[in-house]
Amino acid sequence: MPIRTEPVTINLGPQHPSTHGVFRLRVTFDGEVVLDVEPVFGYMHRGTEKLAEARSYVQIVTLTDRLDWVSSMSNNLGYVRAVEKLAGIEVPERAMYIRVISAELQRMASHLMATGFLLNDLGAFATPLMYCFRERERILDMFEMLCGARITVSYMRPGGVLQDAPEEFWPALDTFLSEMPGYIDDLEGLVTDNEIVLARTREVGILPPELAIDASTTGPMLRASGVQWDLRKADPYEIYDRMEFDIPIGSTGDVFDRYLVRIQEMRQSVRIAQQCVQEIPKGPIRTNVPYFLRAPEGEAYAAVEGPKGELGFYLVSDGGISPYRCKIRAPSFINLTALREMVVGWKMGDLITIFGSMDVVIGEVDR
Amino acid sequence: MTRELSGEDVAHTINQAFPGMAVRFNQTDVWIDPGPLLQIARFLKDTPELDFAFLTAVTAVDYIEHFELIYHLLSMRRNHSVVIKTRCSGRKDPTVSSVVSVWRGADLQEREIWDLMGIRFEGHPNAKRILLWEGFSGHPLRKDFLG
Repeated sequence: MPIRTEPVTINLGPQHPSTHGVFRLRVTFDGEVVLDVEPVFGYMHRGTEKLAEARSYVQIVTLTDRLDWVSSMSNNLGYVRAVEKLAGIEVPERAMYIRVISAELQRMASHLMATGFLLNDLGAFATPLMYCFRERERILDMFEMLCGARITVSYMRPGGVLQDAPEEFWPALDTFLSEMPGYIDDLEGLVTDNEIVLARTREVGILPPELAIDASTTGPMLRASGVQWDLRKADPYEIYDRMEFDIPIGSTGDVFDRYLVRIQEMRQSVRIAQQCVQEIPKGPIRTNVPYFLRAPEGEAYAAVEGPKGELGFYLVSDGGISPYRCKIRAPSFINLTALREMVVGWKMGDLITIFGSMDVVIGEVDR
Repeated sequence: MTRELSGEDVAHTINQAFPGMAVRFNQTDVWIDPGPLLQIARFLKDTPELDFAFLTAVTAVDYIEHFELIYHLLSMRRNHSVVIKTRCSGRKDPTVSSVVSVWRGADLQEREIWDLMGIRFEGHPNAKRILLWEGFSGHPLRKDFLG
């Protein structure tokens, strides 16, 4: 005779270490099996979209840093592209190369964080995370050379970048790019064939491609489900159409595939950055844009392939010095749409792993 | 490159199936009547030449006399996109149909619009506030909201 159990509802978070910030999941369990999950948002809602309506176009760059704070360069890029599209601003070639280099470095930094924290959630506490942080640290050091800041960079401006890369940046970048593939090999050697990792991640938390598309999932999560969609190829922006790189995709859409797609994307990022270093022309790095830019009446939507997925900015201008409306299409937020389908039926420990593999950052979820 | 479909062509296609429901268009956008929004959404998704299976984003803008809802649609298979807009008026209780039954991706975004802009989505399976707490008064992204 089976023993009847009472379903129990418990709160995971908002202060749980594996929720990567202040995020709360209200989970109903039957024993250890997840019956239902309801994400509770908003602990970090700062009203970024409303704040943007009272800032000048240049000032808003600083707000974008604080969305997804582990990929602020990509946020900068997404936002300034929307402003450039809205106001019809030309960007010098050299600036585009520097932007792409920074965005790709940021992608590596973000994927390192994602991988490190996923392993943390798997129970490999702190050691692999510190390995990932070691390399991320070098990327942040390079950002410091570029603009003096490591996390909240505010490096990009409508019309280019703040300043040209200093002399010491280029040798540091060269060394880093030549050492990074070896480092990824090391990490993969520790993790990819690890029996415990495989047992805990293979076939766990599967996101089928049909659901991924229906739920507007983007980024590594979508590609791990086997959908070959990357804005850098599908709708190339900046100078990505001149770069040679592949889009890694997964086959089953499980936690392992999401991990592997991120690892492979880091290798592609190294490739892109190396090509940029070789091709980068000399010249100006910024077109002159007035500090109180008045964009013509109208609207523009521009998106970039951020580390988490499609990061889009939709700006509406009424001709004033600040946008009339600034909508942020935050990939972390929209990627959570399919969370319920992914975790129901799995155990408590798998829930943590699946959530970790989604790589959400709360600053971007709550905005 | 993602091809932006011309608003005129899409408006024409919609008008063939739903006469007079595409009310206005420009180069990239089509304004539709809010009445048959759900049916038009399904039509845009299921028509093979359009194939808009992916809802990139839903946004609302407060233009004071009316609210405008903006649907950014994408077809990954054909790599083309279009922007569908619709208006709803009235500041007391503006309501449009929810498109969650067509695109699951609208779920959280429609809740966000209800929360911050105060537009009610009829037929939404879980139409609660999302970023702010239940009991919060007002909708902060409205232009007449005073903190």
